Formats: sequence, structure tokens, C-alpha cells
Amino acid sequence: MAVLDILTYPNESLKQASEEVEVFDQSLRDFIDDLEETRLAGPGAVGIAAPQVGKFIRAVIVDVSKMKRPVPNHGHMVLINPEITRWDGYEMGREGCLSVPDYTGNVIRANNIVLQAMDQHGESHEYEMEGFEARAVQHEIDHLDGLLFLDRVVSRRSDIFRRKVYKKSGKK
Amino acid sequence: MNWYMLSLTGKDQPGIVARVTTVLFEAGCHLGETSMMRLGGNFSMMLMLRSEKQQSEIEQALTLVATDMGLHVHLDVIEGSLHQHRIPDVRVTVHGADRAGIVSRVTTSLAEAGLNILDLESDVIGTEEEPVYIMIIEGQACKGLEAIEATQAALESDNIDVHVEPVETLIG
Repeated sequence: MAVLDILTYPNESLKQASEEVEVFDQSLRDFIDDLEETRLAGPGAVGIAAPQVGKFIRAVIVDVSKMKRPVPNHGHMVLINPEITRWDGYEMGREGCLSVPDYTGNVIRANNIVLQAMDQHGESHEYEMEGFEARAVQHEIDHLDGLLFLDRVVSRRSDIFRRKVYKKSGKK
Repeated sequence: MNWYMLSLTGKDQPGIVARVTTVLFEAGCHLGETSMMRLGGNFSMMLMLRSEKQQSEIEQALTLVATDMGLHVHLDVIEGSLHQHRIPDVRVTVHGADRAGIVSRVTTSLAEAGLNILDLESDVIGTEEEPVYIMIIEGQACKGLEAIEATQAALESDNIDVHVEPVETLIG
């Protein structure tokens, strides 16, 4: 196992789309292990995508199960060739990225998604997820399409128009 | 190289940013972090500048554009540095019928509860007859989020709508 080097913006490679994984062999699983070790070496990263370490295959890891304030989650997920098949609702949230040091910004993401993906053994899975976990998956899949959260960042001023602002304390 | 803080304000008109930043560039100044915004028909700019030039030389360079565009200019040497961003962990949204003392009342409570404000923007919206005050604060809860949340009830009994929410920054 090894901690891999993270590509950082403005490295042009981060803009390239990644290829589907076709072979689910030991070398894929070894790479996933290295990718996980790299994620854990970063500052509190809940996800990482293969292209962030210069490997342009459609593979990401997401794990939001270790948050200080727990959020709904599916535990540790290895997502190969992930496809979002349904989106619903949207919410603004703050994001940062291992590939964009010293910057965080607000991004609008779908609140509920249905996701199809393979695992590192080639097994197919379907996930229904919401909130922070759904956000993390969308952030990582963007990397596979050559997008960074910088491409989607919006002004905090738009917060004023969020429906949630009108929710009073004590009422959920 | 010195860091300076430059502030300029004046009646809003198109082209202020372009002219000011061109003068600064031609005078050998490099911009750091900046904040620029229209406030009540005025345009305000706060800019971190790095330059080998003396304060008087920079002020001299700005004289013509300041006179032409009716800008008030203020320049100070500061201790500054880049790449020191702090990530907020709480957002407080406040709104209520506009009346004297809202900001004072709210921010005093929040300061006592350990809030370090990183960013605050506020506005008077609504109509001339019924002005509404709105304020969005992002900061770090140095004594924990619960302390910030505890201020909410007291403020709401004063007819100020306060919404406190954790900002969970996704790193991926």
C-alpha cells in the first residue's frame, strides 16, 4: 500500500474525463487500497476519485460514516463506473477538495439521488442516498467527468433565497 | 515587499474596478485577497496589496483616478499573509423588522457564545414602509455549536428570527 500524490489545480489533467473500468482484477483492488490510503492521509476527506491521483479510470471512494455529527450513510463505498439514475431536490453546501488547497465554496447539489455502481469485485449495487452522502458522491463523480467544485461554485448571497432560511428554530 | 490594505469608496459607476486595478498593476502592486461590493449606491473596495513601493508612491499613483472618479482612498501598511483561510463551522441567518440595535444585540450574544465571525453580510430589504433587516454570518464556534444554538431562544423572544446551522464542509 502507498499514499499516492494528489494532483492539484491548475493541473490540466484534472479536466480530462476518465475511462470506464472493464477489468475487475487484483491490480484494480490494489489501486483501490492505495486510493483509500491516500484519502485517509488527507485532511478529513470523505471521498476521493481516481483521477485525483492521476489514474483516469471511473473509480471513487466515499465514506461519510465517520462524521462528528452523524449523517445518513451507507458506510464505506467503493464505486466503480458509478451512474446517477435519479436526482431530486437541491441544496447548497460548502465544499473543499484535496485537489484545491486553501479554498472552500458553496455548491448546489441534488439532495436525493439513486446511484448504480459496481464494487471492486465487479458486483453491481444500487444505492438510494440523501444529503451529505449524496453531495459527496456528486462531488466525486464530477472528478470522473473532469469537473472540479470550482466549476460549480456559487455566491453565498444566493443563500438568502434558500427555503431552509425560513425554518424557525425548534420546528423540523 | 510590504503588504498594504487599500480601501476605496465612491459613488457607483461602471469601470471603477477596471481603472483602479489597472493603475495598481502599472504601479507594480500585486493584489491579494479583496472584497468589493455596491452598498447603497456607493461602490466599496477593500484590497490587500503587495508592493515594493512606498506608501506615498502608491497614494500618488492613485491620485488621478481618485479625482476623476470621485473615490475616497485610504492606505495602510498591514501585517498580512495569504493562504490562511479558516473554514467556518457555523452559519447564522438573522432577519426581522428593521429597528435600531439588531446587529449589536445579535453579535453581542454571539460573541459571548464564542462565535468568531469570519464573514458577515447584511442588508435592508423589504419596502420603504416596512424595511426588513437580514444578516448572514459565517464563523467558527469556538465554544461549540451548542453555545451558539443556545442564543437562539433569547433572540427570538426579542422578535428577531435567528437560524443557526452547522456548516459541514465536504472535502473530497
